[in-house]
Amino acid sequence: MNNKSKSLALHGGVIAALFALQFVLPAYHHGNLARIMVLACYAMGYNVLFGYSGLLSLGHAMFFAAGMYGMALTIQHLGFPPSAALLTGIAAAFVVSAVVGFLALRTTGVAFMIVTLMFAQAFYLAILNLGEYTRGDEGFVIQQADRIMAGVDLSDASNRYFAALILFSVCMAVTLRLVHAPAGRILVAIRENEERARMLGYDIFRHKLAAVVISGTLSGLAGAGYGLLFGYAGASFATVQYSIFPLLWVLLGGAGTVLGPLVGTLFMFYLIDLSSGLTSAYMLIAGAVLVLLTLFARQGLVGEIRRRFAPWLP
Amino acid sequence: MDLGPYLFLASLEGAVTAAVLALTAVGLSLVFGVMRVVNVAHGEFFMLGAVLAWWVASLAGGHPAIGFALAVLVAPVIAGAIAAAADFIVLKRLDYDPENTIVATIGILYIIQQTVLMTYGPDARPVEAPFSYRIYFPWFGYSAYKLFVIAAAVAILLGVWAIMARTRIGLVLRATQLDRETAQAFGIPVERVYALVFGLGAGLAALAAVLIVPIQQAHYLMGGDPLLLSFIVVIIGGLGSLSGTVVAAIIIGMSDGIISVFFTPTLAKIIATLLVAFILVFRPTGLFGTRSA
Repeated sequence: MNNKSKSLALHGGVIAALFALQFVLPAYHHGNLARIMVLACYAMGYNVLFGYSGLLSLGHAMFFAAGMYGMALTIQHLGFPPSAALLTGIAAAFVVSAVVGFLALRTTGVAFMIVTLMFAQAFYLAILNLGEYTRGDEGFVIQQADRIMAGVDLSDASNRYFAALILFSVCMAVTLRLVHAPAGRILVAIRENEERARMLGYDIFRHKLAAVVISGTLSGLAGAGYGLLFGYAGASFATVQYSIFPLLWVLLGGAGTVLGPLVGTLFMFYLIDLSSGLTSAYMLIAGAVLVLLTLFARQGLVGEIRRRFAPWLP
Repeated sequence: MDLGPYLFLASLEGAVTAAVLALTAVGLSLVFGVMRVVNVAHGEFFMLGAVLAWWVASLAGGHPAIGFALAVLVAPVIAGAIAAAADFIVLKRLDYDPENTIVATIGILYIIQQTVLMTYGPDARPVEAPFSYRIYFPWFGYSAYKLFVIAAAVAILLGVWAIMARTRIGLVLRATQLDRETAQAFGIPVERVYALVFGLGAGLAALAAVLIVPIQQAHYLMGGDPLLLSFIVVIIGGLGSLSGTVVAAIIIGMSDGIISVFFTPTLAKIIATLLVAFILVFRPTGLFGTRSA
């Protein structure tokens, strides 16, 4: 088998395994896994920018929330059907990421991190400020009647799992397609040595902007999907904490690997789930994991596997 | 009240904000200037200062001035020691790579914040001011302690300036800031200098918090706003420029009161954060700085 068919077999196998798991998992973990798959979409979106293009954003919650509110607000105030609302959410994330990318990419390195952080903070504060429509921190529930898409009730547990799996498969397919495409290789080239890529004649700004937009739109898709599947939109999803989470998941799973985001999200979700049973200060675990990762495992779990056993992993 | 006294009161309040902000931001600026790393956990060292002040003051008992005086001495030292230890255990091993350092300090932020939540708890607790004297102007009475905060901040900032400009330690710091390799070649123990600077920066934030805690209350989430404002101040003042930082702190602190007269606090914060983002986008060196981030 060549590398490409190996990778297709592996990722197809992961999706098949996730499909099969829904029949054996107890209800609690069944619900968790649906949540993890949607959050893994967010992490995969983040990974396009951080893992493959080498741009560290501290403001991705802005894109996640743009998708979520683009979807939820149109349902709540304009009476959109869920499919149209989902598209509005994706469009909102697309526009926000294009504008922010265009501005923020004028900076590099630490300044890029701070600029994305500041834009995201302004976005979060704007959501609070428009509390009349968004209901601020409290958020609002999307009624079950508004969550029936093409006759399928998304509030039902097994429908929800299936929808999450579809969302996850779409995001994974997009990432895989990007990684194998020439454009994806150019992003990696920019990550490894920007000056050299520029000298070879690639338009750096255009490729980086494309990466921000793809990454932001995938994150927005995840946000819209999360809101629709779990029936809630709130400002807490736009806080800095939700910009840190995908960074944590991707670092833990392995930046620049297609499966890393899923592995990282799964691992961290259960780590926090277990520790929040013990203490209310569960973010302590997240902090400690971040520090340990930067110190000892810059490559993450899947990154380590790739380095040691399977150099063909995309 | 007429507009005149009202503006006078607003500028007094603004001066208190500016004084505390200047101390906090100078700490952040010092770390960025010498080590060229951004310490995202800076706000947590501020919070640590306030919480330690409460702890020291509640242990000391007796007259509030005794507890306060002890807090001024003890809290910054402990916060600084924790920061120096974090530098030694974590940042040094990352070789001060700017992006890894940000990720690691985010981790340190959560570790400190959540540890305080576990030990100190989620309540906001007051510390009594060392004296409760009031000064009576013709229009209103004003807490003398707040004026003391301004005076103390000015004194401390002058002290920092004197250390940087007049002492051997300051010379070593400036040499390290200018050129790390050459400094090392001349026998300056750069690693120890870095730990010292990181501790000093955190200590300044903690000291600012000790000064403010009789006015505000100590709470485990109080580090967020000072971090954001310090960022704004450091960026506007020019990254790595201490005098620029102080000027920017005065501008931001004084205008803070005036902006919040015209806008709601949330809207004022939105404007401020967007302003910082756009300054960094279009003038990466800051308004007074010469070096980019």
